Amino acid sequence: MDFPTILQVLDSTIRLATPLLLACLAGLFSERAGIFDIGLEGKMLIAAFFSAAIAYTTGSVWMGLLAGVASSMVLSALHGVASITFRGNQLISGVAINFLAAGMTVLIAQDWFSQGGRTPSLSGGARFNAITLPFAEALQGVPILGPIYHDLISGHTILVYVAFLMVPLTWWILFRTRFGLRLRAVGENPAAVDTAGVSVVGLRYAAVAICGVLTGVAGAYLATGLQAGFVKDMAAGRGYIALAALIFAKWRPWYALMSTMLFGFLQAVALRPDLIQNTIGIRVQVQLLDALPYILTVIILAGFVGRAIPPRAGGAPYVKER
Amino acid sequence: MTLMTKFLGAAAAAALSAGAALADPALIYDLGGKFDKSFNEAAYGGAERWAEETGGSYKDIEMQSEAQREQALRRFAEAGFNPVVTTGFSFSTPIAAVAGDYPDTKFVTIDGYVDPEEHPNVKSILFSEHEGSYLVGMMAAMASDSGTVGFVGGMDIPLIRKFACGYAQGVKAVNPDAEVIANMTGTTPAAWNDPVKGSELAKAQIGQGADVIYAAAGGTGLGVLQTAADEGILSIGVDSNQNHLHPGKVLTSMLKRVDNAVYESMTAGADLEAGVEVLGLAEDGVGVAMDEHNADLVTDEMTTAVEDAKAQIAAGEISVHDYSSDDSCPALTF
Repeated sequence: MDFPTILQVLDSTIRLATPLLLACLAGLFSERAGIFDIGLEGKMLIAAFFSAAIAYTTGSVWMGLLAGVASSMVLSALHGVASITFRGNQLISGVAINFLAAGMTVLIAQDWFSQGGRTPSLSGGARFNAITLPFAEALQGVPILGPIYHDLISGHTILVYVAFLMVPLTWWILFRTRFGLRLRAVGENPAAVDTAGVSVVGLRYAAVAICGVLTGVAGAYLATGLQAGFVKDMAAGRGYIALAALIFAKWRPWYALMSTMLFGFLQAVALRPDLIQNTIGIRVQVQLLDALPYILTVIILAGFVGRAIPPRAGGAPYVKER
Repeated sequence: MTLMTKFLGAAAAAALSAGAALADPALIYDLGGKFDKSFNEAAYGGAERWAEETGGSYKDIEMQSEAQREQALRRFAEAGFNPVVTTGFSFSTPIAAVAGDYPDTKFVTIDGYVDPEEHPNVKSILFSEHEGSYLVGMMAAMASDSGTVGFVGGMDIPLIRKFACGYAQGVKAVNPDAEVIANMTGTTPAAWNDPVKGSELAKAQIGQGADVIYAAAGGTGLGVLQTAADEGILSIGVDSNQNHLHPGKVLTSMLKRVDNAVYESMTAGADLEAGVEVLGLAEDGVGVAMDEHNADLVTDEMTTAVEDAKAQIAAGEISVHDYSSDDSCPALTF
């Protein structure tokens, strides 16, 4: 395996891991506040659709991004109303959101564009184009570091950098601010937060809203960054993999970065069966590589790599004592 | 009581006349969906052509899950639709289960296979995709500068391997030293609708030197074609003519005339002849798409080579190995 090939695989890893990372951080905010969110998949899907549809109609990818985030937040609000205000079952609400998004996107797309549940192809300013970081061209000649900077770090769309910056930001918000402390407390022991005179409902809605913003960005990245348009069911299970990554990361931001990068890397390696064959000398079935993220999650859940303990009040609606 | 009998009689008569009036054909699309710009859309095109030319009407439905197949077949058969045309290999099993219960209804499975001995009211229409893929493989090898070409399949099923195998044989026929990189998107039906993974597979193949990529992957293929156009290499579409998607970037499309199969089944109506029909190059069931969008990409040399090969295959002078005949491919390992 030569150096440029390694860079290609890592480059692919970054592209594949970015939507997982955004969705994983989204789930992290929501679940840390005690709201389980199966609906990451559906929110990504609806954001992918609206970002592509609005980017196509306005010709501006930024309007598309806004629309994607807005649509995802609407579904988040729905999840919030069902599971916070009406204290419904969070898993059922999440599943309902997935079905709603899967059906609604295709229905609206067909009615709007009549292209069979897809949006027309985006071009020019209606897509996020790759940006070249400063000095990337100039430094390309520097051995080792030059290609790493030019091929691997530079040349992604802006949303990739946003996703990576979200990791320290999430850590800072959750562990260094008053809001973050309260948010985590609400997921562990909402009664204590309530006793302290802080609104449990308000905090949980805030967490769900942040979740909506992040899944919105993830969906927009799929449709307007990685692809040039929406295709039905294009989230293709990434919301569920993000949930697996969240458990793998034991609900912590830096570990979320590592787990999504690992999952992205496994997906990227699965694209290159020839490399594995050359490196270890035997032919590994692609199906095995595709299944690895799930196998790893099961191993984690079985407790081999330390226990993954979810937030204690996760999944339980909060009923104020009278 | 007499009133009751009268009502029942009237209802029965109405049902009968409704049944008689409804000898319209029905069309069931596979999971890829009606407007997949590919396989199912070709079927839709054939049905629309039939409706336009004959002034007849037909009913159609898209499958959303595996469980709906048998249910949809039964509902159309019970409502008196005849023939019931289905697209996609996955319909073979449900049709075999249902056909016996409705002996007067004709079922058509495009891409599927149902034993005609057991079910005399089922027609299986198969295509020689390997022959069409062979032709686009030849074109790919002639258009390639690097000597490496790619193939991206959708769900890993024998049918898609048949495409890949024919393609690889066509490539090797032109350039025996050429390398063919073949990847499948996945093993579940979700593999038909994952353009993001399609893009990444295309990028991975470009990284390995491929400069022409053939996508036989439904909606996933749109990602492959998009990435190929973005990265400045050529791609090859499948089933329907996809040349227009990225004019000047799509070398050609391997046409599968599902539209003709649907059109002819609907034209034959209830008198459809059951059995197994294989549409190959000789029957114009498969072919390559040439239009104004790829005119600049196709050289005279390619046209001549393709025409020659087409005539030779039709005449039986070249035999293209069919992967599904023995689950192996001489030109490619999976």
